[in-house]
Amino acid sequence: MSANILLQIAILFPLLASALILITGKNPGLRDKITLVSATFLFIVVIFIYRAFDASLQVEEGTAVKSIAVNWAEIVPGLHLGFKLEALGMLFALIASALWLVTSIYGIGYMRGNNEKNQTRFFMLFPIAISAALGIAFASNLLTLFIFYEVMTLSTFPLVTHKGSEHAMKSGRIYLGVLIGSSIGLFLPAIIWVWAVTGTTDFVAGGILQDKLSPLHLSILAALFVLGVGKAAVMPIHRWLPAAMVAPTPVSALLHAVAVVKAGVFSVLKIVVYVFGIDTLSDASYLHFLMYLVGFTIVMASIIALGHDNLKKRLAYSTISQLSYVVLGALILSPISVVGSALHIAAHAFGKITLFFAAGSIYTASKKTEISQLDGIGHRMPWTMAAFTIGALSMIGLPPAVGFISKWYLLMGAYDEQVYFAMGVIVVSTLLNAAYFVPIIYRAFFKTEADGSKPHGEANKAIVVALSITACMTILLFCFPNIPFALAQSIAVQ
Amino acid sequence: MSAHLPILQVILPLLAAPTCLLLGRTQLLWMFTCGVSALCAVISFQLLHTVHTSGDIIYSLGGWSAPVGIEYRIDSLNAFVLLLVTSLSTVVLCAAKQSIAKEVPESRQLYFYVAFLLCLAGLLGILCTGDAFNVFVFLEISSLSTYTLIALGRDRRALWASYQYLIMGTIGATFILIGIGLLYMITGTLNMRDLAQRLPDVEQAHTLYTGFAFFIVGVCLKLALFPLHLWLPNAYAYAPSIVTAFLAATATKVAVYVLIRFIFNVFGFDFSLSQFPLPQIWLALGIIGVFAASIVAMSQHNIKRLFAFSSVAQIGYIIMGLSLGTAAGVQAALLHVFNHALMKGAIFLAIAGLCYRLGAATMNEFKGLGKQMPWTMAAIVAGGLSLIGVPLTVGFISKWYLVLAFIEKGWWMIVPFIVIGSLLAVVYVWRLVECAYFQEADSKREAGEAPLSILLPTWILVFANIYFGVQPQFTVHATSIATLGLFGATP
Repeated sequence: MSANILLQIAILFPLLASALILITGKNPGLRDKITLVSATFLFIVVIFIYRAFDASLQVEEGTAVKSIAVNWAEIVPGLHLGFKLEALGMLFALIASALWLVTSIYGIGYMRGNNEKNQTRFFMLFPIAISAALGIAFASNLLTLFIFYEVMTLSTFPLVTHKGSEHAMKSGRIYLGVLIGSSIGLFLPAIIWVWAVTGTTDFVAGGILQDKLSPLHLSILAALFVLGVGKAAVMPIHRWLPAAMVAPTPVSALLHAVAVVKAGVFSVLKIVVYVFGIDTLSDASYLHFLMYLVGFTIVMASIIALGHDNLKKRLAYSTISQLSYVVLGALILSPISVVGSALHIAAHAFGKITLFFAAGSIYTASKKTEISQLDGIGHRMPWTMAAFTIGALSMIGLPPAVGFISKWYLLMGAYDEQVYFAMGVIVVSTLLNAAYFVPIIYRAFFKTEADGSKPHGEANKAIVVALSITACMTILLFCFPNIPFALAQSIAVQ
Repeated sequence: MSAHLPILQVILPLLAAPTCLLLGRTQLLWMFTCGVSALCAVISFQLLHTVHTSGDIIYSLGGWSAPVGIEYRIDSLNAFVLLLVTSLSTVVLCAAKQSIAKEVPESRQLYFYVAFLLCLAGLLGILCTGDAFNVFVFLEISSLSTYTLIALGRDRRALWASYQYLIMGTIGATFILIGIGLLYMITGTLNMRDLAQRLPDVEQAHTLYTGFAFFIVGVCLKLALFPLHLWLPNAYAYAPSIVTAFLAATATKVAVYVLIRFIFNVFGFDFSLSQFPLPQIWLALGIIGVFAASIVAMSQHNIKRLFAFSSVAQIGYIIMGLSLGTAAGVQAALLHVFNHALMKGAIFLAIAGLCYRLGAATMNEFKGLGKQMPWTMAAIVAGGLSLIGVPLTVGFISKWYLVLAFIEKGWWMIVPFIVIGSLLAVVYVWRLVECAYFQEADSKREAGEAPLSILLPTWILVFANIYFGVQPQFTVHATSIATLGLFGATP
């Protein structure tokens, strides 16, 4: 089957899965099987797409350039609804589909372990969000990306407000208000601006804005994009992410550590590389202000994380901080730092999902949500806390976790371009990362449990299996970073 | 036969109206009315085709040519609006039978069909004619029948709303009449083309200005430009649901047509938009209208009123497009006329289905509707998305062209207003969504899906919203030809 068709299957198939899950909602066993089978199927499809893409890369070195692209409709001249495969999107698609599979296993264990209501709605909306993630990954232009970006926002809203309580609805409104507000208020005008200047919104290697805008305007446009893509959670557009933590943990894990937030930073990276072009953007004279803002976000979010006792809130602020690494890497504007950014998307995805899985596992087994309650829990839940430790190592950027590699490249890129500000930010925030993760590990393994607490063991098997898989991946990616590395490199080479 | 199509368009519903009195049963009435409207739609399609292929059609009434007799002129502009009005009225009528049976007492259903046909005849007459006084006559026909239609509402407040509209509408019509009278006084003709030729040479500038001002204010009242919109929310809210759908989709659109026609083909582009500070006034009123109406819409409890205010806001966008005075701006306005008719048609038809099941459409009724009436709610959400201007819906197309028109003219500063206006739409649409999908229904109520006869027309319009949002070639082509015609005629 040709890669073009596979590409469309990857985007449309989750929607079919969603419909099937809705129909079989009355029969939870069958419904959950459909979730697992379709997640597996999608992962296989994406792997096949990757193989086709890899093959086309080999061809490119030889003679003809054969791109894998589909065009669905031309709405207005220069405005397409279409998809095109390129390295960065491929990387994102691989991550999202692989982690959907793992999260499906975990989600089933979690929803059953906690007897949540409205499970069918929950499992039905997941594939829609994944379809949107793949649409964003494969989008060939800004408009297509924008459409799927909004689909993702809307489809995840019922997941965030899953509990249906007053508090959940209030948080949901913040979530939706910030994301929709920033995307329509800033992102869309930026797209219109690009279209008005160039007559196209396509992603082209090397960018489409050469010599089209003055340095000042380039800086303003960059700011519109970076802030308008609210999912990248650069301060002050970050409020939605902590608000989204009212969602059940599988949602926080897959969507607010991987799919949604990665869609944000992925979009920023893609826009910097394929709309501005690294060379063009380096003319933007006021870009360093934007970089200060991103650096501020990294440090400030880490400091806020320190002050939160709620485990998921702390992880959320850690996510905000880590996301800005990716944006920072994009704004350093060196090929090496772009490689670092792309790798960090992968590294953070696997590390952070492990941490969230662990948080959910703790909640399922013991109903504990606060860090101060976690004394000695490492003895009751050794698997969970071991995985947590690995995830934390990756966040701090220590070997043998994959976070080390991406931070290394970010630092190298910053050094190459002599952006000492960025280097300073990375070093300071690494220390802060350690400061808010190490005490949790210390508590879990070296403090003794308070007297009179209820005995409990690990959470159910599905949860433990899922978090073990992602923890192993974090280490395996450190040892064998070939695939993400090759993909990341081919972006920088262009 | 085909030579008589322009007049047939008007005569057909006009004669059909009294014929209704002869048909006793409502079933027959309904089928007859639908048939007439569908026939008009076919004719207007034929007319548009003819105009696009072989140019304007001129038809002299009774064989008396222009200065003496009344002439009907079909060009690419009114052929386009004709198609819009007739096709939407047909779709709306298809849904009418059950909805009207529910909302209007048996004894008065006859009046509905008669008044509907008269109203249609009036609107089509306004569109076809090339005679200024004829415009007024047909305007009165459509207005008087509209008052009747609104007064048919079950709620007693419908009478009051109808009366309110009667007063406001009569003021508007009188202004228009005074305007046309003054024009006649200084030129001695009522034919639009003759008016256009003689007006530039007129020496009594004051009379001309006065006539112009009266006319414009009168028409703006009919099209519910902020702050002349006061009649609209109540009229929409208390009229029978089908009437609301029909009015929202057609009546204000025809008024916009009259405005464009007189600005470009009677007064002339130069006079209207250069010598008069009209663009500035319109732009300001358009922006304020979008904001004020959207903000008021946010706090509405009655859903029909909510979308009525949203209509006022959308008129603001149309007027903003016109205020540019460029081809791109007029094209954007025309696109929005068409697209807004589709959105509001879909939304109000869906609400008609809702009223059929629940008896009323307030926020309270909306609780839990996402589960109880999934198709109806999905239609409202789709229409709402279109209203916001989400890509892949028609709303995106017209907003996109509007923004481009502003950029082309160099008025960058206006673009943020359009964007913020869309955000306001997000807020009021979202309130509905949250109510329908995330709140539990009152335990007593058991509401099923709307009947198929209402649901089907609703979804036809929803699909039109999406189809013309993804494949806008037809609308863009038709409006660009219409715009070219307007600007070609006034170099």
